[in-house]
Amino acid sequence: MATRLPEAASVTFSHPDPMVPHLYRVLRTRWDTGDTFSLELTPEQSADIPQFEAGQFNMVYIYGVGEIPISISGDPARRDTLIHTTRAVGTVTRVMSKLKVDDLLGVRGPFGSAWPVETGRGKDMIIVAGGIGLAPLRPAMYRILAHREDYGRVVLLYGARTPADVLYRKELEQWRSQFDLDVFVTVDRATGNWRGSVGLVTQLIGRAPFDPMNAMAMVCGPEVMMRFTTMELKKRGISGDHIYVSLERNMKCAIGLCGHCQVGSLFVCKDGPVFRHSRVEPLLTKWEI
Amino acid sequence: MRMTRASTEKSRSQQVIERRDFQLLLDALMAKGYRLIGPRARDGALVYDEIAAVADLPVGLTDEQERGTYRLKAGDPERLFGCGLGPHSWKKYLYPPELRLWQAQRQNGNMTIVPEPHAPERLALIGMRACEIQALAVLDKVLLGGAYVDRAYQAQREQVLVVAVNCGRAGKTCFCASMNSGPRASTGFDLALTEVLERDRHYFVVESGSKVGADVLSAVPTSPALEADLQKANAIIEQTAGQMGRSLDTHRLQEMLYASTESPVWDEVAARCLTCGNCTLVCPTCFCTTVEDYTDLTGETGSRVRRWDSCFTMDFSYIVGGHVRASARARYRQWMMHKLATWKDQFGTSGCVGCGRCITWCPVGIDITEEAQTIRAQNEAKQDTGTRRKKTS
Ligand SMILES: Cc1cc2nc3c(=O)[nH]c(=O)nc-3n(C[C@H](O)[C@H](O)[C@H](O)COP(=O)(O)OP(=O)(O)OC[C@H]3O[C@@H](n4cnc5c(N)ncnc54)[C@H](O)[C@@H]3O)c2cc1C
Ligand code: SF4
Ligand code: SF4
Ligand code: FES
Repeated sequence: MATRLPEAASVTFSHPDPMVPHLYRVLRTRWDTGDTFSLELTPEQSADIPQFEAGQFNMVYIYGVGEIPISISGDPARRDTLIHTTRAVGTVTRVMSKLKVDDLLGVRGPFGSAWPVETGRGKDMIIVAGGIGLAPLRPAMYRILAHREDYGRVVLLYGARTPADVLYRKELEQWRSQFDLDVFVTVDRATGNWRGSVGLVTQLIGRAPFDPMNAMAMVCGPEVMMRFTTMELKKRGISGDHIYVSLERNMKCAIGLCGHCQVGSLFVCKDGPVFRHSRVEPLLTKWEI
Repeated sequence: MRMTRASTEKSRSQQVIERRDFQLLLDALMAKGYRLIGPRARDGALVYDEIAAVADLPVGLTDEQERGTYRLKAGDPERLFGCGLGPHSWKKYLYPPELRLWQAQRQNGNMTIVPEPHAPERLALIGMRACEIQALAVLDKVLLGGAYVDRAYQAQREQVLVVAVNCGRAGKTCFCASMNSGPRASTGFDLALTEVLERDRHYFVVESGSKVGADVLSAVPTSPALEADLQKANAIIEQTAGQMGRSLDTHRLQEMLYASTESPVWDEVAARCLTCGNCTLVCPTCFCTTVEDYTDLTGETGSRVRRWDSCFTMDFSYIVGGHVRASARARYRQWMMHKLATWKDQFGTSGCVGCGRCITWCPVGIDITEEAQTIRAQNEAKQDTGTRRKKTS
């Protein structure tokens, strides 16, 4: 049998396939810490990068190695270059850390939900980051600072493992010197001439200056850190409806089709990664969901 | 096939094709350029593969199924569609187990990424059962119903013609009647057949469900179905509905499952579950995939391939720092919760159509209907003690 039948007309779609990466060229590389680097990328096939919102992520493809979700860490107002800050931890991220200026990689996105910086206008903003969790929150900082007068107090609480792991050091110092910002940085273990606070970022929440009745919190870090942080924030009187967290799950498609990122009935890639805490709390308190 | 179609109208005319003319139906489809895919017996099981002639069908065969058991055996010698479901589902023709998504060429510091062209084929799927049509409707919701669609699926879906067969017998692991997905195909087909085998006559009552179906039928010798023919066909389907080997009480089931995330049931199942993933591989609605990247020997061509995946594998939930669902308990719970509870929140439909494949093909005979019943019994017991406590206080 098996006579070849005429094949039906092939289908063409007017929008680009969201599963196919676009080429980007490395413009600049920088090591932010001993294991974390930032890449500044420029699109090969267009002048601008696609519009993105603070908290969204891209799927980054390293030739022949693999593809991983990485948050966009640059300023949403800048459309000329794309910035990703990545911690080298495994197969893809290690090869990615070795990319040099002019190398090519693939990017598709942006995907996912964003920090609700717009709805936070008029409120005190509390941003709590742990480790690499500062990267997806930096675009939110940029957005808030661009419209500083629209917000109440702006507080950034950041925890890193050691002083050498503190990300975006220069920027943090500059923000700390601003009168209209409250920036607190803490490390788990002090080394060298660290004179800042030592301890968990959750311990900073108790004395952070904000009005819990009119505040919004945005939290990103390891899941345990987020769990304790939200507990502390709630102790201060912020309701879970005004706390936002960004979740991390295995992702193979980022468009809600591969199933990998499910947490209960949520797809972290399309319903998240940023969620209102009250929505995900019942899931986060269950083991292995 | 159209994605939306007129629902079952009473007035939809029904025809009769005599068994001796059945080959002409297959011929008419092939003449219209369709490649025919249908049930065939191979290596002791029913599989879906290319067919061209009536003789390719599992003529005279039937099957015996139970938890962890499957066997083909002789049935009514003349019957064409006497076999129930095998391990294959039609999903593989629309959502292939392995699909290249694109290729990347790298040369002298330059790179180009070339998407894989979609080359859908005209396929006539012969002998699709009602539960499998429902499974396709579920996949449509998952893969076409959201903000992003699966393009390869969409392209192929539009080229598929469905020739349904109403079941004349339910298997011991079937429970489509509980899931409202069968045994009668009421929508989602181009043609639907009911096989009527009598001592002196063998024929098919045919209903067309689309214009394409009606067109195909017009090229085949048929006669209008008489009231007696329709009654016989109906009686066959009704008898099948009464024969379900399994049942699943879905009343408040979703709620009960959500209340049972920490139930000891999961530990008890985990003690038996091999986490082999058979249940997800045979399931007609499981859609999970992973991607793999390859480079050729020269290193100049890289490609990304998408493959079926299963939430039963450890790597499925891997993130740096550990596997989210490391235990068998958590993985079985994810599977069953997804099928019967979270799927409804995600896609507005159950993820299970009651085909029974996961029961038949589980090597240790784990039965989703039985586990659901245990959850129900526990919930009801909890509620009972709850109300008793209230009453006494
Ligand atoms: C929405 C989102 C945003 C993220 N943003 C950042 C960021 O801005 N900077 C950063 O450094 N990291 C970020 N991560 C984590 C980052 O994706 C992982 O560190 C990365 O996938 C590890 O890949 P690897 O191959 O180097 O590690 P390996 O341990 O070798 O992992 C192998 C594979 O497992 C999968 N995988 C492993 N860990 C994760 C994970 N945490 N999340 C999802 N998939 C994983 C990937 O497919 C990976 O290729 C983000 C994750 C998510 C889900
Ligand atoms: S879960 Fe089992 S019975 Fe339900 S559709 Fe999947 S294989 Fe069939
Ligand atoms: S998560 Fe598991 S049960 Fe759900 S569709 Fe994927 S493989 Fe099937
Ligand atoms: S990453 Fe594929 S479904 Fe979310």
